[in-house]
Amino acid sequence: MMLEPGIEEKTFYLNLGPQHPSTHGVLRILLEMDGEFIANSEPVIGYGHRAHEKMAELRTYQQYLPNLGRVDYLHALAYNHGYCLAVERLAGIEVPERAEFIRVITSELNRIASHLLWFGAYLLDLGAFTPFLYCFDDRENVVDILDRVTGSRLTYCYFRFGGVRDDIDDEFIAGCRAFITRLRSRWQDYDDLVTKNVIFINRTRDVGIITPEQALKYGVTGPCLRGSGIPYDIRRSEPYSVYPLFDFEIPIGERGDIMDRYVVRLCEMEQSLRIIEQALDKLPNGPIMAEKVPKRLKPAEGEVYAAVESGRGEFGTYIVSKGDTKPYRIKLRVPSFSNLSIISELIKDTLVADMVAILGSFDLVIPEVDR
Amino acid sequence: MVAYFREMFVGLWSLVAGMAVTIRYFVRPIVTVQYPRQKLTMTPKYRGHIELIMDPETNTHRCTACGMCVRTCPSSLITVEGVKVKKKKLPVKHVIDYSYCSLCGLCVEVCPTNALKFSNEYRLAGYQRQDMVIDLMARLDAERATVGLPPLPIPTPESEEETTSAEEKA
Amino acid sequence: MIVALIGVIALVSVNALFLIWMERKVAAHIQLRPGPMEVGYHGALQTVADALKLMGKELITPDEVDRPVYLLAPIIIFLPVLVLFLVIPFSPNLIIRDLNVGILLIFAFSSLTVLSILMAGWSSNNKYSVFGAIRSIAQNIAYEIPLLITAMSIILMVGSFKLTDIVAAQDKVWFVVIQPLAFLLYIICATAETNRAPFDIPEAESELVAGFHTEYSGMRFGLFFLAEYTNMFVVSAVATVLFLGGWRGWILPPVVWFLIKVYAIIFLIMWFRWTFPRLRFDQLITFAWKVLIPLAFVNLLVTALAIKLF
Repeated sequence: MMLEPGIEEKTFYLNLGPQHPSTHGVLRILLEMDGEFIANSEPVIGYGHRAHEKMAELRTYQQYLPNLGRVDYLHALAYNHGYCLAVERLAGIEVPERAEFIRVITSELNRIASHLLWFGAYLLDLGAFTPFLYCFDDRENVVDILDRVTGSRLTYCYFRFGGVRDDIDDEFIAGCRAFITRLRSRWQDYDDLVTKNVIFINRTRDVGIITPEQALKYGVTGPCLRGSGIPYDIRRSEPYSVYPLFDFEIPIGERGDIMDRYVVRLCEMEQSLRIIEQALDKLPNGPIMAEKVPKRLKPAEGEVYAAVESGRGEFGTYIVSKGDTKPYRIKLRVPSFSNLSIISELIKDTLVADMVAILGSFDLVIPEVDR
Repeated sequence: MVAYFREMFVGLWSLVAGMAVTIRYFVRPIVTVQYPRQKLTMTPKYRGHIELIMDPETNTHRCTACGMCVRTCPSSLITVEGVKVKKKKLPVKHVIDYSYCSLCGLCVEVCPTNALKFSNEYRLAGYQRQDMVIDLMARLDAERATVGLPPLPIPTPESEEETTSAEEKA
Repeated sequence: MIVALIGVIALVSVNALFLIWMERKVAAHIQLRPGPMEVGYHGALQTVADALKLMGKELITPDEVDRPVYLLAPIIIFLPVLVLFLVIPFSPNLIIRDLNVGILLIFAFSSLTVLSILMAGWSSNNKYSVFGAIRSIAQNIAYEIPLLITAMSIILMVGSFKLTDIVAAQDKVWFVVIQPLAFLLYIICATAETNRAPFDIPEAESELVAGFHTEYSGMRFGLFFLAEYTNMFVVSAVATVLFLGGWRGWILPPVVWFLIKVYAIIFLIMWFRWTFPRLRFDQLITFAWKVLIPLAFVNLLVTALAIKLF
């Protein structure tokens, strides 16, 4: 691709992907190798391009809803939320409080599911199989709970402009509370099995360090940014929905290595549990859909940008409206794309094994990168 | 020297702690389900493909072949054809191509007569694309058969000109 | 002799089939799932079905491989494994050849595995395979040294290379009690020698796809697989002889005791695999040279000193 041919003969090329166990999708990384060390690299994206942004121009605002769950299938509800937020701001729709609470609860549950999946898949990258299954056992619980209210298990299409599609019931609330106790009882096992494991520590400590300057330069967001010690979380810095009502912390790391990103994600799950707990306690009664949302939504001419914190970082939706039922242009700012851009700089002069560890620590969702 | 041995012992201890976790799980009962032999029930709101609701009072559907679902579907996978019978419109054909469906639920929400719902069908594997084309009227007839009713009579139009395809209208 | 050969081949295949089933069951139960359940009682015949399927598969030879070496590698990995069974004492009588250099023969022939891995990796003409092969050589050299030194401390105590003599020397107390450090070192090195997780660097699937056997299919891959599990049996059998008193036990016949001990050690090795993440390659080599080898030497010196004193 873009790389110059090897200057000296001692380097050679290695195509990692598009079909490789540790790229988690159809990402291809072209590596120029000097023995086991990586001299140069170039990520090649676009194998999973589905033209999601173009599709938006051909569909009405409602019809674009199911697409969002498929851009990032792991934290689909955050994407639902981001898009609905943008359209609501554009059309000036007020969302009832109960609906906002339900949005926060389901979205945080989904965040836990997303982080759990990352945790398991990441350990799989490092060669430990068992944590993957334990995480899936826990994740299955979340998915069951969400299935009860959203009707689907993966690509949710649950949020609507002005509210949510279905109300939650007592069984959902009981399920949530049971899940909170269950997941809290598992932290100790995860700690013993993974976090304190000497092999795991050796694989992740001081590997793939992102300095705060680098992170800001490349527009890295989410746990990767917070792992570098910058407490930037959209839920705090640009509060949306009812997040200001809850008391939660923004976990940050110190060194910016893989271990810090890992710890940040684990702590975030605990913070999400806290948010869910508070939201369940404060859950108000009332309608779940705003009144007077027109079936044929025709927002006035204008532009809007709305950002939410997804499991991977800042997800932004930028909509340009020309006063039609279809958006004139939609731009999705996806976190994985920005996070991926730093990879070439990070994996220079590291081993292949470290490259796999670093790549995994970004929690990339390739369909999101390719869109 | 002390640090060297200390590190070794801490490392060894962490490995033993990890093994203690796995052996504890080893003796725990399994959590998976042997699928074809054991089946889980779907939750009430589970979204399978859509189907026509059988009205318990009239034992028939409530569809008026207005074509709202056809127009709102993001993937344009619903085909509805209706005829006018005594100034009331009735569907003669209601077919979905499930292989394009993204289960967003917009058709269910938009239906003015609440004629559609999600089915609880989850075993959806087929040998060819045609298997994914689901005739909702036939499904309703099958449901009527379970309560001992004959298939719905196919409505005949009063005059040829009044046959309209909702899709064309859209 | 022919009877013995047939016996060994039968043992090797049955043992490998059983071990694969056992591995899957152990992994499954650690991971809270039942594992194979369909073919036979609790999936007992699943591996037989898998082996038949593997035999029925097409043997694909990629165009650009170095043909003679490529075809020879699976055979070379399998033959030494058969030889190893010659000297393993299953019971006082059930031993094919009680050589007086038995333990040396085992270590000598088991080092041949690395040759075949190199052949397979190099001839496949695949970058991942070459990586796997090179890693495997470095790893085997690094781990063979502590393995031999720990075995040496036992041999010093017994004064014989003969496996039956080593078992006979443990009539009062098993050597695992006297030499716990040596036992620990041996198990670690044996895991590394057989390329098992957490030392499965040559075939690290998340990095090297399948390592040295990426380009092998059908029964050629099957032979690598078979050799891996048989090697596991051999190192566990040697551990049993060296540290756990071989066939010694009460009530049950000696062969049964021997197999119980061997499979207990194999379970331990499987338990490692399903618990730990994989080491990085340089950490693995560092671990061997900076931790295992010094410890093994210290252990040997202390043993020699103790023998001299008492």
